[in-house]
Amino acid sequence: MEIFLGVDYPTLWYLVVGILFSGYGILEGFDYGAGAWHLFFKKDLSRRIAINAIGPLWDANQVWFIIGGGALFAGFPVMYATMLSAMYIPFMLFLMLLVLRSSAIKFRSAEKMLWWRKTWDIIYFVSNTLISFLLGVVLANILQGFEIGENLSYKGGMFFAFLNPYAIMVGLTTVSLFMTQGAIFLLLKTEGRLHARLTFLLKKGMILFIVSFSATSLYTLVFLSGVTDKFKEYPIFFAIPMLAFLAVANVPRLVSKKKYAYALVFSSLTMMFLLMLVAFQLYPVLLPSTIDPEYSVTIYNAASSQKSLGIMLTIVAIGSPLLVGYFLFLYKTFHGRVKLDDMSY
Amino acid sequence: MDTEILARIQFAFTIAFHYIYPPLSIGIGLIMVIMEGMYLKTRNKQYEVLTRFWLKIFAITFGIGVATGIIMEFEFGTNWAVYSRYVGDIFGSALAAEGLFAFGLESAFLGILLFGWNRVSPKVHFISTIGVFIGSMFSAVWIVVANSWQQTPAGYHIVGEGFDARAEVTDFWAMVFNPSSVDRIIHVWQGAFLAGAFLVLSVHAYYLLKGRYLKISKKAFKIALGLATVVSLSQLISGHSSAEVVAEYQPAKLAALEGHYDANDAADMYLFGWVDDESQEVTGLKVPGGLSFLLHQNFEEPVTGLNIFPKEDRPSQVNAIFQFYHIMVSIGMFLIGLTLYGSYLWWRGTLFEKKWLLRIFAFSVLLPQIANQVGWFAAEMGRQPWIVYGHLRTNEGFSQEVSSNQILFSLILFLVVYAILFLLFLYSVNKKIKQGPYDESKNPDKFLKYV
Repeated sequence: MEIFLGVDYPTLWYLVVGILFSGYGILEGFDYGAGAWHLFFKKDLSRRIAINAIGPLWDANQVWFIIGGGALFAGFPVMYATMLSAMYIPFMLFLMLLVLRSSAIKFRSAEKMLWWRKTWDIIYFVSNTLISFLLGVVLANILQGFEIGENLSYKGGMFFAFLNPYAIMVGLTTVSLFMTQGAIFLLLKTEGRLHARLTFLLKKGMILFIVSFSATSLYTLVFLSGVTDKFKEYPIFFAIPMLAFLAVANVPRLVSKKKYAYALVFSSLTMMFLLMLVAFQLYPVLLPSTIDPEYSVTIYNAASSQKSLGIMLTIVAIGSPLLVGYFLFLYKTFHGRVKLDDMSY
Repeated sequence: MDTEILARIQFAFTIAFHYIYPPLSIGIGLIMVIMEGMYLKTRNKQYEVLTRFWLKIFAITFGIGVATGIIMEFEFGTNWAVYSRYVGDIFGSALAAEGLFAFGLESAFLGILLFGWNRVSPKVHFISTIGVFIGSMFSAVWIVVANSWQQTPAGYHIVGEGFDARAEVTDFWAMVFNPSSVDRIIHVWQGAFLAGAFLVLSVHAYYLLKGRYLKISKKAFKIALGLATVVSLSQLISGHSSAEVVAEYQPAKLAALEGHYDANDAADMYLFGWVDDESQEVTGLKVPGGLSFLLHQNFEEPVTGLNIFPKEDRPSQVNAIFQFYHIMVSIGMFLIGLTLYGSYLWWRGTLFEKKWLLRIFAFSVLLPQIANQVGWFAAEMGRQPWIVYGHLRTNEGFSQEVSSNQILFSLILFLVVYAILFLLFLYSVNKKIKQGPYDESKNPDKFLKYV
């Protein structure tokens, strides 16, 4: 097996996919989170400002999901195929919600009629909330494992089997984490009364997150057997949940000091550490089989050929500095509070 | 209905709907690059007004293109799991390149293109316009590379057997430059340029007919007409060269395009016709031996016919393929005639005097769209029964674990959501066109100050 810097290619690609989806979670996290607060803003102008805060950024943020999906297909085609066909319904709902959400952003402020804007406001709020929720649901289902049999393919059935108690808990945790992230982002972008209202809302969001996160952690430790085995083996990795805890504890302090940019960094770090936790728990498994661990989809039996992974790692090495450059330029250009003009949504 | 048919209907529907938008974005993108470039060169505000106007329509088109495109990316996995496992190793590098080099570029610069007018200098804005345009061109490259590999696989070997069989890359560049990819990329780009150019022609022909925005409309019309003339003519070359590749690598598809069954005969070329698959007869107007001549410069040389292939190895919908292909070619020829005549009048200086011609241009907006759609249908149906030509059959490629009820559910969802989306698209583009580039009661300079 080909090795680079002491790490084999499938593991490197696992890192690439992990980084891409973490980037997606962090960046679209504040977009979706901002949207999940939408109906909490009462005035039309506040809602417009909230949408235009993410206006120039959300399309670019969403690209992390598109690249992540491509990277999964590219490096772990078996995982991509098995997971998507196993979770057919949640993914189709998810994709449809993405379409509705983009439409809401584009068309909401295109007309002045009250009914038009109200309808889109509801669609926007519901799609953002449900998208966040479904992301958590998918993550929980991956952690719990699937009925994967021979040939690495899904053997289960059931239309709505994906909605189990654990999935709902992880879903709520994701929504509240994104809402926290979204509120901090909007604090950076707004002023006046909307800003004051967001400070109040952020507190509620954080309380919701801490409650649902604690409940989920407890449930994981009690009901999901085997989750803690890895930590007994490598106690050093207990550092990850500790870091996640420290990062989230730092957020209220920074917000009260009005250091919103730093607060956003720390809530992003929280998200990153939590995803690292998941990645570490799973590795090298991608999709555990509940029928027999032998059947689990791993980074080795799901991977593309060494040759192909080598080509793609080269592409990533060339492409990622470019991507980072574009993003720095984009974020620098739209730094600061929202100003509405004739091109605004 | 069974899972395979439903999965195929859903894929065809979602991809056909998606394909309304990206070609428009690529075409309008090129025209915006020209308009904004002219603005920077001449500092004539009229070009800025035009760029800003088309940017608004571009924003809607691009947005729907991205939204419906994400669905395509994941539909391979949801509905075509076996196929995804089979081709993942090949598609992988193309998709990774598309994501990083194309989507990254276009989506990051899109924000600046749409919202950056007052935040960056005109030059930086122009660079963003170019960035988005190049990004959209690249994304077409990589996805057409992937599709071309399905038509004419190269640079790979097959590993494993039965369920475990899959294609693996042996030579990256041979995979990228497989026999059909270059011709098809160029042909797809040209189709996209025509889609954009004809939308611009149509809208400005409408303004000219209504007597609105005369000055800027004449400018825009000429830009689009120049582009459309060059592209429609040069598309003949890429089309011909594509057909030669098809003849060599996918003879069954070529035979279906012209409804040619008999293996030992010279092949005719039809202007139009109707294929009866039972009697293997084609009725219509033809150039006898025309296809033989195009391929071998000899009216009598035999061309591989459908009957050489066993029934299960050749496309079954011969008449549909024949019709789709001929509609595409006829539209292509019509557009060449139309744009050449328009250019002739432009040279004579009487382009804007003929109302009937402007009326034809106003309605021609649908033609490149139809040609793009039917061209793809002919290409994809002509590849059947293969999903990867010669290696994997379509009826082996779909997700076995997804039930037909699940697909029916998602298909209905798509039909409803896309119908709404299409109406919103028509409504908002129509509204932007009716509103026009600026308020006519004020003069454009005043309008620009207000902006």
